Amino acid sequence: MSAHGNERAADIAAMVRRGDMTAEGLVSDTLRTIAQRDVSLCAFLEVFEQPALREARAVDAAVREGRDPGPLAGVPIALKDNICLSHGKTTCASRMLEHYESPYTATAAQRLIDAGAVIVGKTNLDEFAMGSSCEQSAFGPTRNPHDAGRVPGGSSGGSAAAVSGSMVPIAIGSDTGGSIRQPAAFCGAVGFKPTYGRISRYGLVAFASSLDQIGPIGMSVADCALAYEAMAGVDAHDATSSDRAVGDVSAQLVQQPQRMRIGVPRTARSDANHPGVADGLERAIAALTSTGAEIVDIDLPHAEHGIAAYYIVAPAEASSNLARFDGVRYGHRAEGDLALDQMYRISRSEGFGDEVKRRIMLGTHVLSSGYHDAYYNTALKVRRRIKGDYDAAFAQGCTAILSPTTPTPAFKLEAHRDDPLAMYLEDIYTVGVNLAGLPAISVPAGTAEDEGATLPVGVQLVGPAFEDTSLLQHAAALERALTS
Amino acid sequence: MDPLSSDDVRRVAALSKLELTDEQIERSREQLARVLGHMDTLREVDTEGVEPMARPDDTVNRLGDDAPTDALSREALERIAPAMHDEYIRVPKVLGEGGGA
Repeated sequence: MSAHGNERAADIAAMVRRGDMTAEGLVSDTLRTIAQRDVSLCAFLEVFEQPALREARAVDAAVREGRDPGPLAGVPIALKDNICLSHGKTTCASRMLEHYESPYTATAAQRLIDAGAVIVGKTNLDEFAMGSSCEQSAFGPTRNPHDAGRVPGGSSGGSAAAVSGSMVPIAIGSDTGGSIRQPAAFCGAVGFKPTYGRISRYGLVAFASSLDQIGPIGMSVADCALAYEAMAGVDAHDATSSDRAVGDVSAQLVQQPQRMRIGVPRTARSDANHPGVADGLERAIAALTSTGAEIVDIDLPHAEHGIAAYYIVAPAEASSNLARFDGVRYGHRAEGDLALDQMYRISRSEGFGDEVKRRIMLGTHVLSSGYHDAYYNTALKVRRRIKGDYDAAFAQGCTAILSPTTPTPAFKLEAHRDDPLAMYLEDIYTVGVNLAGLPAISVPAGTAEDEGATLPVGVQLVGPAFEDTSLLQHAAALERALTS
Repeated sequence: MDPLSSDDVRRVAALSKLELTDEQIERSREQLARVLGHMDTLREVDTEGVEPMARPDDTVNRLGDDAPTDALSREALERIAPAMHDEYIRVPKVLGEGGGA
């Protein structure tokens, strides 16, 4: 166990700021821990040694010279490898970008660095963030720290495993349909997807632009809040970033929300849930009740259509976004004396893996002439219906909505091999939030027994748009009640 | 919707600029047909009079100032290009015999 293995980011930053511990010493420990533990977990695609130590020394110099080193002073943070940094590679776990070195840094990453964080490496993911298991990485799967025979979830599986495996206190992910929350739940971590528009997408390699959102994974709600606060806020480089005030999130976190009225969708108590997941939900309900929260049954009548709508909208946007990978300006280009069109086709066929090709074709199909209305437009109408269900629940006075994060605990490697639909159906509780643009967080709610393994389960709280701080307060109250 | 044929998959692969072997076409046809079968459940939803929702409602593109700002340098972009010819990105022949356009 390294010096910081079980410590929270806020405590680390406080020690570095007081000069009780140097950022350089801390980052050296982190690099050693990663070298030891990641041999079996494969959470990292790249580890930055010298650049990380350099950033750490800059933090130490600020402390010595009496300058403010920032709220994340010296905190080692890992970035999902679809977030651009101007050093190292940004591969998206794809052969297409295997050698790609981004010439610029994502706004979210730059803001973490400006807050004193030290970026120690890039984490594994399903290729281009398309998957729910991390098995779609072109560079091999990440393992779940709780059971090496199981997946860490996806697509931010490397980030969740890096945190759950005590290698870093915080790792950054991206969430298009559950890609932060589901791996956090599978690995026993907290995963927060902010409201769409809260964190700039500049430098996040685009998958589905109306759904993608960057967010943190940590071992506590407070750590996620700290990282969120550093990254959030309007950015001139992302026209969809919101200029609404972020507020002093961490300071407000210790306060209990004034009123908690928690809606539990009837579908959240589905018989299809794993019994351990059902128990986790009931534990969370009991814990919230003990804090004085009111629990009410609600209906989200269109939730059952979430998967179908999502797996039309997301691939449609992906097919358009991934058209940029043509072998011309960057990324993989096929070798040989080829005609232009042939060069496009062979470069893309060599560069993309099976799941990415499947989603590009699915998206192209639902957008193509003769199918556009039946699939894409219908999905967009159902999307509005799904958002209307959430709006109605909040209009009835619910301050948050509670469900399991996933219907099962972490599944075994290759469990859904050759059955993409079964894999997609794992996202039943998470995709609606992205379609509606809402904030949501997964909080650990105990463990489940599954075929001899003891595995974490998570519950999800969903809040109204831009009520991110209130949602984090709800999550912190739940966390306190579950761990007391 | 009509069941997906191999020719449908070939057409979609061509539009997607992907090359698939016959075996991949067949496997894709089976997998896409299953997924699309699930999508057909959307027809059960009453969408009469509902406006399509292409993005979360609250987001509207903001306009920037009409003023030049720093951009990536040409050198930075040249470094990531697969093939250069002097200061130009080299691509296969576009027009005429062997061209793709």
